[in-house]
Amino acid sequence: MKMLMKGNEAICEAAIVAGCKAFFGYPITPQNEIPEYMSLHMVKAGGAYVQAESEIGAINMCYGAAASGVRVMTSSSSPGIALKQEGMSYLAGANLPCVVVNVSRSGPGLGGILPAQGDYFQMTRGGGNGDYYTPVYAPFSVQEAVDLIFKAFDVADKYRTPVQMVADGMLGQMMEPCVIEPRPAVKVDKSWVTDGNSGKRPRNIVNSLNLSAEGLEQMNIQRFAQYKEIEKNETLVDYRVNDGDEIVIVAYGAPARVAVNAVDELNESGIKAGLIRPVTLWPYPYASFQNLPASVKHILVCELSMGQMIDDVKIAVAGKYPVHFYGRCGGVIFEPSEIVEAATKIVKGGA
Amino acid sequence: MTTRILFSGFGGQGILTLGQLIATIALNKGKEVTWMPSYGAEMRGGTANCSVIISDKMIGSPIANTNIDILCAMNIPSIVKFEDKVRPGGQIFINSSIIKDGIARTDVDALHIDASNIASKVGDLRVANMVMLAGFLQKTNLFTFEDVEEVLKQRFSGTRNEHLIPLNIEAVKQGMEATV
Repeated sequence: MKMLMKGNEAICEAAIVAGCKAFFGYPITPQNEIPEYMSLHMVKAGGAYVQAESEIGAINMCYGAAASGVRVMTSSSSPGIALKQEGMSYLAGANLPCVVVNVSRSGPGLGGILPAQGDYFQMTRGGGNGDYYTPVYAPFSVQEAVDLIFKAFDVADKYRTPVQMVADGMLGQMMEPCVIEPRPAVKVDKSWVTDGNSGKRPRNIVNSLNLSAEGLEQMNIQRFAQYKEIEKNETLVDYRVNDGDEIVIVAYGAPARVAVNAVDELNESGIKAGLIRPVTLWPYPYASFQNLPASVKHILVCELSMGQMIDDVKIAVAGKYPVHFYGRCGGVIFEPSEIVEAATKIVKGGA
Repeated sequence: MTTRILFSGFGGQGILTLGQLIATIALNKGKEVTWMPSYGAEMRGGTANCSVIISDKMIGSPIANTNIDILCAMNIPSIVKFEDKVRPGGQIFINSSIIKDGIARTDVDALHIDASNIASKVGDLRVANMVMLAGFLQKTNLFTFEDVEEVLKQRFSGTRNEHLIPLNIEAVKQGMEATV
């Protein structure tokens, strides 16, 4: 049944339906509907809910729950996600599945509570110490957030990795029709969990400490072999580029909705424009930039930041196209007309 | 066809609820719809607004604070802030109990609704938002009175507020009578 739900609440309901059995969190705007919803519905669903003493406490509770084999989630917003980085590095080091939702806000520092995309580097380049990545999902609608939560839990389990989802206040606070129905979860071997064995099998140990240099190197090499698999199997993109398009706009998350309007307006005004919307930020859909139509002359990256994803676009096009940037930050959201103006100037001016 | 609606007023006037009711009606009618509240460092008694966009196709940005088709304004700050953001030929529904000086625009279709006073007469100032629905019922083809009845039942039946359904329906009726 289609329901009208807030993004934040839909994320929670989807997580519960996906079999999430534990939630640990700490309040921060604009994600407060998540712990609020979980405090009621996670408990009703027979799961565990704890409002932790801090973000750091919450992520370490996730470590414990994940090690015991249950599907677990935490959420926060940018400054709180920054606090969780130590725990996320430990989760990655211990190969523990966990879903971390970042309803991001403007920064740096405590910043503001309005939408921004300044966490891109932190989310896509590891974020904590050591050699690791986490898959990052960036939905742009409430329904897509629901679908990707199911995906996030599956990918976390399948590859034994923490997975992030990034939303912002726009997606978190907005209501949209969505359908949340149970779907089959990925089948995985969880014989590694530390759930008490009563002496019936050898003891499992979940740990990120490895003092043998060669041993740790091998662990990292194995982890990166997994990352290759993730890159191969889990990269997602919304590709809307057609033959004849002169300019391709690249945007992600809820702000990409503004880009959708801008692309419509550009096409109505006679400027042929397409859109590439990365749905996974890591792994990045580099391949989508490889076979663009011959008509494409320009790339315009639009972000609610001073320009972070633009680095990945530059890697993707490897100098083949000029890569332009239009961004707002601090919590200011661009309007379609601003993107239209920037794109028009580039195409008409031949900049 | 896409309709961009902005609801604006004081916190407590039922702005967000009104937007949600209309968004739910749109969902019931199988439309694409988004509801987006203003959020920020808002304070009690301060202004609240929400955007509702109803369309037959996928909706881009859910924010409707520019190029507005319909502005539903329940207090003076709403007029100050958004009157100029209504598109030429758009509509403004004005809570004339509070906004006594009307508006300056002459290129929009304005409807004055004595919403707060009518709500008080019906029995509860808090149903002024429902009185404002008269604007949509008189001036647009977005939905019907029966749709409103249905959505109120859908939202409040079986809740502790079920007894308030007749009061809300009466507020809508009185608003319609006052704006015939």
